[in-house]
Amino acid sequence: MSDLDAFRTEVREWLETNCPPEMREPVRDEDDVCWGGRKFKFKNAAQKAWLDACVAKGYTVPDWPRPYGGAGLTPEQTKILKQEMKRIKARSPLDSFGIWMLGPALLKFGTEEQKVHYLNPIARGEIRWCQGYSEPGSGSDLVSLQTFGEDKGDHWVVNGSKIWTSYADKADWIFCLVRTDKTNKYQGITFMLFDMESKGVTTKPILLISGNSPFCETFFDDVEVPKSQFIGEINRGWDVAKYLLGHEREMISGGGAGGDMVSIGGAFAKAFGKNAAGELDDPILRAEMAAFDTDVFAYRAMGERFMDMWKTGRAHPASSNMMKYVGTELNKRRHELVMAGGGSDALEWDSEESKGGARARSWLRTKANSIEGGTSEVMLNVIAKRILDLPGA
Amino acid sequence: MPLYHNDDQAMLKDSVAPFVAEQAPVSHLRKLRDSADATGFSRDLWAQFTEMGLPGMLVPEAHGGLGMGHMEAGIVLEEIGRNLTPSPFLATSVGAVAALAKAGGTQAGRWLPAIASGEAIVALAIDESAKHRPDRIATTATRAGNGFRLDGKKSFVLHGHVADMSIVAAKTDGGITLFAVPKDAKGVTADPRRLVDSSLASHVTLDGVEVDADAVIGEVDAGSEILDALLAATRTGAAAEMVGVGQGAMDMTVNYLKERKQFGKLIGEFQGLQHRAAHLYGEMEVARATVMKAQQLLDEGNEGAKLMVSVAKAKAGRAANLAVREGVQMHGGIGMTDEYDIGLYMKRDRALAEYMGDVHYHIDQVARMNGY
Ligand SMILES: Cc1cc2nc3c(=O)[nH]c(=O)nc-3n(C[C@H](O)[C@H](O)[C@H](O)COP(=O)(O)OP(=O)(O)OC[C@H]3O[C@@H](n4cnc5c(N)ncnc54)[C@H](O)[C@@H]3O)c2cc1C
Ligand SMILES: Cc1cc2nc3c(=O)[nH]c(=O)nc-3n(C[C@H](O)[C@H](O)[C@H](O)COP(=O)(O)OP(=O)(O)OC[C@H]3O[C@@H](n4cnc5c(N)ncnc54)[C@H](O)[C@@H]3O)c2cc1C
Repeated sequence: MSDLDAFRTEVREWLETNCPPEMREPVRDEDDVCWGGRKFKFKNAAQKAWLDACVAKGYTVPDWPRPYGGAGLTPEQTKILKQEMKRIKARSPLDSFGIWMLGPALLKFGTEEQKVHYLNPIARGEIRWCQGYSEPGSGSDLVSLQTFGEDKGDHWVVNGSKIWTSYADKADWIFCLVRTDKTNKYQGITFMLFDMESKGVTTKPILLISGNSPFCETFFDDVEVPKSQFIGEINRGWDVAKYLLGHEREMISGGGAGGDMVSIGGAFAKAFGKNAAGELDDPILRAEMAAFDTDVFAYRAMGERFMDMWKTGRAHPASSNMMKYVGTELNKRRHELVMAGGGSDALEWDSEESKGGARARSWLRTKANSIEGGTSEVMLNVIAKRILDLPGA
Repeated sequence: MPLYHNDDQAMLKDSVAPFVAEQAPVSHLRKLRDSADATGFSRDLWAQFTEMGLPGMLVPEAHGGLGMGHMEAGIVLEEIGRNLTPSPFLATSVGAVAALAKAGGTQAGRWLPAIASGEAIVALAIDESAKHRPDRIATTATRAGNGFRLDGKKSFVLHGHVADMSIVAAKTDGGITLFAVPKDAKGVTADPRRLVDSSLASHVTLDGVEVDADAVIGEVDAGSEILDALLAATRTGAAAEMVGVGQGAMDMTVNYLKERKQFGKLIGEFQGLQHRAAHLYGEMEVARATVMKAQQLLDEGNEGAKLMVSVAKAKAGRAANLAVREGVQMHGGIGMTDEYDIGLYMKRDRALAEYMGDVHYHIDQVARMNGY
C-alpha cells in the first residue's frame, strides 16, 4: 500500500510540473484532441509539450512494457495515474486507434520484432492508424467481407473497398481485414497492415448528418502488400479481429461511454434557473435529468468495477459488450437532454454563439455511438449468447 | 480498493450463500406464510445466523461483534434477497447497529452486545406516513421528570411487534433526537399488518411513553447525524437485498427461457425475448456495481457516500423491478400462479422498493445533492 501511495505522490508531482495549464482545460472540439501521425498539426505549443513529456515518460501508453514505448505500469499504478490526471482535469496526451486497437492486438498476437517495430511509433504519436473492417455489404455481419488479397508469392495484391473508415484521409497506415481464402468463411481472412500511401489506395470522405466528415470510403486498386505485413497467422485474421472488437468495446465503455460524468441537471439549472424552492424550474425536465444523472453515477461505478475486473482477468470476456451497450445508450440519452435543455438555442447550426452548432452536431454524432464498433442490437445478441447462454442466439 | 470482493469477502460469500440456500430457500418463506406465522421470521433460523456470527457482523469488536463493513453485510443481504428469506437482519444488524455504533454511549453499550449475541431484535421507527419522509417527523419528545415523554405515530415498522427495542426518531426543542424505546415501555402499542410480501410491519402508537434521559441515543437534539447513518446503512442494505431479489428473479427467468417450448422452439430462441433478457442483465450488473460502490464509500467513511447511497437505492430499485416484471411476463400464464416462485419475487421487490425511500424519493435526492 505504501508503495502505491509513494507512486501517487510521485505522479502528482510529475503532473504538476509537466502538464501545461492549457492541457487542463476541457476538450472543446475535435481540434483539441491530439491524434498524432505524419500529417498532424499541433494546435499549440502546450499540446506538443504535453505529448513530448508523456512520450518521454511512457505515459501515452502507461501500461505497455517499456521496450514498446510504455511505462510498464501495473493495473493499480495505471489506475492511480488516471485518477491523478482526472483530478487535475488533464487531457489525454494522445488518442489513437493505434493505442486503443492495434496496440492490444500486437501485444497479444504480434512477434517480438513486430511489437518493437510498430508499437514504438504508436506510443510516440508518429504513426496514425485507421481501421479497415466494414464494407458496403458487410457491416454487422462482418465476416462476410469480400475485399480480396491475391497471393503473389512474396506479396498480396489487394482489391476491394471499405466503408465508414474513420479518419482514413488523415491516417498513415491501415489495419485491414482482407479475404485470402474464398473457400473458408471464418478461416479465410488475414489481418493485414499497410501504408495508406501505397499505390492504389484512395479515400473519399463521407458527409455525416452532423455536417462533419470524419470518415471515408476507402478503395483498394491492385494494392501490393508485402507478405510480412500481417498479424497472427495467415487466414486466421478473424481471431485477431474478434479479440480487437472486444478491446474496442472496452475502450468505448471504459473511456466513459456515458460521456462526461458530471451532473447534467446541476449544469443545466445554472443556465436555466431555479424556482423559489431551489429546484430546476421545469419539473418534468428536472425529473428526467435527475433520473439520467442517477443512471450516469451508477454507470460510473459500473465502469470502475468493470475496469478493476477486466484488468485482473475477473471479468466475463464478453462483458465489454454490455459496457458498450449500456454506455452508448446512456450517452445518446444525455444528448437528447442537452438538446431539450438548450431549447431553440441548441438548434442553431452555424452561429458564433452556438460555437458552430456544437450542441446540435454533437447530438447527431452520438447517434453513431450505438452503431460504430458493433450495434446495440449486436451487443444484445452477444450478451444473450455468450453470457446468458440462451439457445440459438 | 478495487470494486470486487477480496479473498476474505469471497470466502464469506462461499459460506453464506449455500447456508442461506439450504436453510432458508423460498420454501422457507412459503412455510411461514402458509402457517400464518405471527413473528414474521423464524427464530430457529436466527439462532443459526447467530451461530455463524452474522447478527453482529457490523458490531464493533469491542462490543462483541465481528467489526466488519457494509460490503460484508451486503453479501449476506444479497443471499437473503435471492432466497426471499424473512429476516430481521437488515433492520437489526445493519440499520440499528449503524445508528448505535455511530452514537456510542449507554445505549450502544446496552444493545450492541445483545444484537451480536443474537438476543435482541431491534426495529426502526422512522416513517410516519405512507411515503418515506424522514425530514418530516411529527412525533415529539418533551422533557418530563428525569427523562422524556414520547407522543406520535410511526408506520412501516418492520418487526415492530416483536422487537426488544425500537429506535424512535422524535422532534425535540432544538432538532431531532433518537430514542431507544424498550419493548415493555408503557404507552407503546404495535399493530402488525401483513404486507404483500407476507412480512409483518407495524403501525406503532406512542402515547405518553415515558423514557429515562439515558434512553437517548447519542445526544439530545443531535439525532440527525445518527439518523443519517441509520438511513444510509439501511438503504444500502435494502439495495443489496434488492440486487439479490433481482438476480434471483433473473436467473429463474433465464433458466425458464431455456426450458419452455412454444412454436416448436425454446422461447429463449426468440430474439424478442433475448434482447430483453440481455438488457436486464446489463441493468442488474450496473445495479450491483453501484451498490458495491455505495458500500465501499460507507466503509471508507467517504463524504461521497450519501450521494452514492441514493443512487444505489434508486438504481437497484429500477433494476430489480425490471427483473421481476420481465420475470412474470416471460413465464407467461404460470408466472401469475401462486405455485411458481417468480410472483413471490415481485412481491418482495415491491416491499423493498418502498422501504427507506423509493426510486422517486432517491432520484429526487440525487437532484438535490447536485444543486437542483
Ligand atoms: C461514426 C462511425 C464510425 C465508424 N468507423 C469505422 C471504422 O473506422 N472502421 C470500420 O471498419 N468501420 C467503421 N464503422 C462501421 C461500423 O462498424 C458499422 O456501421 C457497424 O458495424 C454496423 O454495420 P452497418 O452500418 O452495415 O449496419 P447493418 O449491419 O446493416 O445494420 C442495420 C441495422 O440492423 C441491425 N442488425 C443487423 N444484424 C442484426 C442481427 N443479427 N440482429 C438484430 N439486429 C441486427 C443493426 O443493429 C442495425 O440497427 C463506423 C461507423 C460509424 C457510424
Ligand atoms: C389470468 C389468466 C386467465 C386466463 N384465462 C384463460 C381462459 O379462460 N382460457 C384459456 O384458454 N386460456 C386462458 N389463459 C391462458 C393465456 O391465454 C395464456 O397464458 C397465454 O396465451 C400465454 O401462454 P402461456 O402461458 O403458455 O405462455 P407461453 O406461450 O409459454 O409464453 C411464455 C413467454 O414466452 C413469450 N413467447 C412465446 N412465444 C413467443 C414468440 N414466438 N416470440 C416471442 N416471445 C414469445 C410469451 O410472450 C411469454 O412472455 C389465461 C391466462 C391468465 C394469466
